[in-house]
Amino acid sequence: MSGAGDLIGKLRRASRRKQLTAIGLLSPALVLMLVAFVWPIVSLLTASVRAPDFAVAMPNLSAWLQTWDGRSMPDETAYKLVAEEFGAAMDAKNLAVASTRLNYEKGGLRSLAMKTGRRAKDLKPPYAEALVRVDAAWGEIETWRALKGASGVFTDRFLLQAVDLARQPDDSIGMVAPEQRVYVDRLGVTLTISIVVTLLAALIGYPMAYVMAMAGKTVGRVLFLLVLLPFWVSVLVRTAAWVVLLQKEGILNGAMLAVGLISEPKQLIFNRLGVYIAMVHVLLPFLVLPLYSVMKSIPRDHVRAAASLGAGPVSAFATVYFPQTIPGLGAGCLLVFILAIGFYITPALVGGSSDQMISGIISELALGTANWGLASALALLLLCCIAIIYPVFGRYAGATGLKLG
Amino acid sequence: MERNHRLQKGNAMRLLSTLLAAAVLMTGVASTAEARDFTVVGWGGASQDRQRLLYFEPFAKEQNIPFKEDTYLGGWGQFQAMQSTGEVPWDVVQVETAEMIRGCEEGVFAELDWTKLPPKETFIEHAATKCGAGTIVWAVLLSYNADRLKGNEPKGMVDFWDTQKWPGKRAMRQGPKLNLEIALMVDGVAPADVYKVLSTKAGVDRAFAKLDKIKPLVQWWKAGAQAPEWLAAGDVDLAISYSARVVNAQKSGVNLKPIWDNAVYAIDSWVILAKSPHAATGLKYINFASNAARQVESAKLLPYAPTLVEAAKALPDAVRANVPAGANLNTALYGGSPEANEFWVDRLQELTERWNAWVAK
Repeated sequence: MSGAGDLIGKLRRASRRKQLTAIGLLSPALVLMLVAFVWPIVSLLTASVRAPDFAVAMPNLSAWLQTWDGRSMPDETAYKLVAEEFGAAMDAKNLAVASTRLNYEKGGLRSLAMKTGRRAKDLKPPYAEALVRVDAAWGEIETWRALKGASGVFTDRFLLQAVDLARQPDDSIGMVAPEQRVYVDRLGVTLTISIVVTLLAALIGYPMAYVMAMAGKTVGRVLFLLVLLPFWVSVLVRTAAWVVLLQKEGILNGAMLAVGLISEPKQLIFNRLGVYIAMVHVLLPFLVLPLYSVMKSIPRDHVRAAASLGAGPVSAFATVYFPQTIPGLGAGCLLVFILAIGFYITPALVGGSSDQMISGIISELALGTANWGLASALALLLLCCIAIIYPVFGRYAGATGLKLG
Repeated sequence: MERNHRLQKGNAMRLLSTLLAAAVLMTGVASTAEARDFTVVGWGGASQDRQRLLYFEPFAKEQNIPFKEDTYLGGWGQFQAMQSTGEVPWDVVQVETAEMIRGCEEGVFAELDWTKLPPKETFIEHAATKCGAGTIVWAVLLSYNADRLKGNEPKGMVDFWDTQKWPGKRAMRQGPKLNLEIALMVDGVAPADVYKVLSTKAGVDRAFAKLDKIKPLVQWWKAGAQAPEWLAAGDVDLAISYSARVVNAQKSGVNLKPIWDNAVYAIDSWVILAKSPHAATGLKYINFASNAARQVESAKLLPYAPTLVEAAKALPDAVRANVPAGANLNTALYGGSPEANEFWVDRLQELTERWNAWVAK
């Protein structure tokens, strides 16, 4: 009995050792996963809900605002805190950052806050009257509500704003003013463009990959080179080339005019058509390459066997060949779609005013105005779209070829 | 199983080596950052070529120090990143007024020691401030292709709205900044009152209503190079674009003409990063660059106006006619004033949203 127990113990120890070795060997991969995937997503999530600049600069005022009901006008205590802490923040050079945070709540409050900070030192009690003299906005409850909105470390403002929603004065959630509704519309445009580009790429790329897979060695190689060639040219250059080709007095319009196909130049670029043309061109290799590798691995005997069993060319293709290419097609489409959804340079350069994609807005927010909260919230929105679409794709396009992640 | 196992092992080894390589690279980067050279940052392209020739290289030679260059394309994002990471890869940067003021308020840019620079009075109005020393004056204005509009030349900004005489496409910069101002001026608001009118909801509505009248004909540009390119290629008849790019196109044989009526101009300044390890060198550099003779040479190379009074006076007439200075600015709006800056820091977010919603409709 004890011998058998020993043996079991030894076995357990041995397998545990093996497990530890395996984990040890995997740990670099796990660390990489954490550093490269989990951490950016977590920091993105954090940036979209965490905006502590005001709370950090005005700790006591923020604490008071958190307890304030938001309905009755604040009393002298609050005004005194404003006078003290705006002045202190001015000296500590963090008033400007806090004011920027405040301005997200209500446009116009940044300069009010800076003005208040500059004059805080000279204020004498009663502070309520003194501050209203600095700016009448201090006597309005909307100003104080905005202050309350900025006083927390965490906020849902950016997440709501990313879908055109905002907290109303009574703290319920509602739509923003009609002329400010922009992000849902842009998301719709982004998804539409991405879907159309994916479909067009599939329509053009499928026969292309088929010819490449079926062609002889030399022709196949030349075709392969032609598909890869655009990869060696930067996206900007390719986009600029399309401008030269498609503009009003460009090569294509010139040719069509010359042969009498059209009587006056057609608007081929700086509209949605231009976006589709340029994006499909840039993204086509991402569809052709996975599809080609799948097609290459399908034995030609299959179609021949189908034909010998009586299938016509169409039915042999539809029932025998096409189903085997679905994993490649699915992988290609998914790649194109995911890349398309994040495009912005190409639509910005060849698109019209209604073709701006959401990534363009994200880049403007991240680099231009540096509103990282809203930029993160919009990026999360895109991530959610992909998270929803990815499994749907996996189900319908055959999971085997789709293990990208 | 065996094969799988080996595969996994191989993958793991590969990952490990990748990680090691990354680690080596990162330490490499870190160590170079510590000992990095004095770094000056311009806006790339022809502008930075000019700066390299007239400022960067002669300065480095005079000081006998190595220097590095980088390119900045506007906005606050990069400075905010420096703030939040503490990494400061730049020493001296050319920035627009809005960033200059924001950086000064947030302590990202150092306050200049004006005792070590030319006296403030030697600079033109608005060009010598707490954190910035002006380097160029630039402008945005109406422009057209004189070869294509022969006999039907526009005269003033009002003509940009004349869709009878010029029914073709026209180019404008994408975004609310400057466009709202121009719309109000064309609608009859005096340049001096533009921001007062814009500060009310009715004023903003009025600007958008004015823009509504030409919106179907507008092709919006994102990069400064696009508008002159479109004028040259005949894609648009009229364009609101950077004056320097319009004038510069003449050098390459394209007959583009600037119209100075109701132009908007502003000053770009040199600033020093507050956390720069080369702050003293930075100040010496700004002193070196704030030199009338060099500014005159600069204006000859690229048609920006100088920021030193003496340089502005010394410009040859042929150069002066094409830069934002003197009589060219009689009906112009100064886009870098405190009220302009205050208006845009307060309202940019909100108005950009409104603009993006409006422009897509």
